[in-house]
Amino acid sequence: MSQEVISNVICTVCGCSCDHLQVTIDNDKIVKVKNACAMSSGKMLGYRNERTTQPMMKKGTTLKPTTYERAIDVTAKTIIKSSSPLFYGWSLTSNEAIAIGVDLAEETGGFFDNTTSTCHGPTILGVHEIGESSCTLGEIRHRADLVIYWGSNPVHAHPLHMSRYTVMSKGRFRKSRSDRKLIVVDVRKTDTAKLADVFIQLEPNNDYELMVALRAAVRGDEIEQETVAGVSIDKIEELAEMLINCEFGALFFGLGLTMSAGKSKNIEAALSLVTELNSKTKFVIMPMRGHFNVNGANNVTTWLTGYPYAVDFTQGFPRYNPGETSAVDLLARGECDSALIVASDPISNFPYQAAKHLTSIPLITIDPHITPTTMCSNIILPSAHVGIETTGSTYRMDGVVLETRKLVDPPKGVKTDVEILSALLKRVKSLTR
Amino acid sequence: MKKIQVTLLSGRSLSQGREKEQGKLSESYFKSVACCEINGEDIKEIGLDYGENVRISTKYGTVVVKTTAPKQTLERGIIFVPYGLWVAQVSGSETDGTGMPSYKGISSTLESAKKEKVLTVDQLIKKSFSRKKSKKL
Repeated sequence: MSQEVISNVICTVCGCSCDHLQVTIDNDKIVKVKNACAMSSGKMLGYRNERTTQPMMKKGTTLKPTTYERAIDVTAKTIIKSSSPLFYGWSLTSNEAIAIGVDLAEETGGFFDNTTSTCHGPTILGVHEIGESSCTLGEIRHRADLVIYWGSNPVHAHPLHMSRYTVMSKGRFRKSRSDRKLIVVDVRKTDTAKLADVFIQLEPNNDYELMVALRAAVRGDEIEQETVAGVSIDKIEELAEMLINCEFGALFFGLGLTMSAGKSKNIEAALSLVTELNSKTKFVIMPMRGHFNVNGANNVTTWLTGYPYAVDFTQGFPRYNPGETSAVDLLARGECDSALIVASDPISNFPYQAAKHLTSIPLITIDPHITPTTMCSNIILPSAHVGIETTGSTYRMDGVVLETRKLVDPPKGVKTDVEILSALLKRVKSLTR
Repeated sequence: MKKIQVTLLSGRSLSQGREKEQGKLSESYFKSVACCEINGEDIKEIGLDYGENVRISTKYGTVVVKTTAPKQTLERGIIFVPYGLWVAQVSGSETDGTGMPSYKGISSTLESAKKEKVLTVDQLIKKSFSRKKSKKL
């Protein structure tokens, strides 16, 4: 059988949403992928590994095969019976699936949270307070002459970010690496730091202090200490000069800021620094989003509820209070009495105490792969990969919406997230109305 | 047995990002996440060679992983463990009112676990999360 080559395929791994992949398909299987990073080719060539292909339901302590109809019926009854079901995940699925998930949480009076609460949740809290100056990645590619990565290691986490969008990209007004300055701020000399023109190494958990000192230096204020966060004042003032003197600066930040001490306060300090810089030059700021559609989870949830994550429907209307209504807090307090996980693996990623509660309540998982979360689940509903086995729209990290394509068929009989969630919503409505 | 105090950072590594796409039950994924990067002086201090097992303990829990040489520069007193089930066992669920647990900058103790085994996914799930009886749905 002849091979088919498909160009301009959108990758569905990280928030870069690279859209220049070339995929070769032979006999309804992806056999080759070009232009992809290591993570992307890992997914494109490994999507058939360790799949969930048969709906399963626990009987006693063992999982037994069942049908989608039966599993969906039991899931519907379980979440209706719960006083506060949790609907969590959503960052590795399409906007269309997320929208149905929000309806489901509203219909059953549960908590709707996405993986933002354990990645860039503090970023969103910071933006609520300060606001942000942003733009598309295209603008940065064409115009930015100074790029900062703070608490972010794109060489490992977003491998093509620098070559497609920042210092190593060929833009209209910035043609090459020598037209741009790269500054890296991190607690360790990462592989990204090794490529930097200026590397600032700070002490762990001191980002807030350094950010505030840098802002003071940008304002021209005198700083009385000799060092801040282990960095000399001379170096901080030199850095401030560089930032002020650029024509178009872009500050990208990662979980090194959101997960370290200070959390949302670190982000407020970063946003304030960029606000300050905009009184002297042009500066933008952008979080390095991890999963390919975590930004979509925020956007879709915001259109539908007014809030980006950690939405509480238990009182019949949307309420939002991260720290109280976010998944890890709810679970650590032992509050939810059932959970539906979609396209996520919280058992692998949540702190032990939160994960432990998840395994003590009815746990239902919709996922293409066998994961520690499916292994602990009472019901497993296999699903198709968005962007490989089904279409779906997604938000890139800068908010640009892209439509992913179906390249191959899902395993025989496996449904899409949209099909499963639509059927579940329909069953819930038929039982409650 | 000598114990040392270190700061634990967890995060993405390229191999963790690549291997998670191969399947979380795969040997290559296990190798890419059930490990701990330690500075050369620190590993000497607890009497281990790279490749031997170490116990990481925090106020939230304890876990045994394999030591590896840092793939990127790592200062003394800092250890790096890639995101995954193993580091989750020693991460805290306090979020300081933000929803975000503490995955980076966690105060930890390191000690030799030469004679202990690194648990596989199955073993770790069984140890940490086994349900006596399934909840009736």
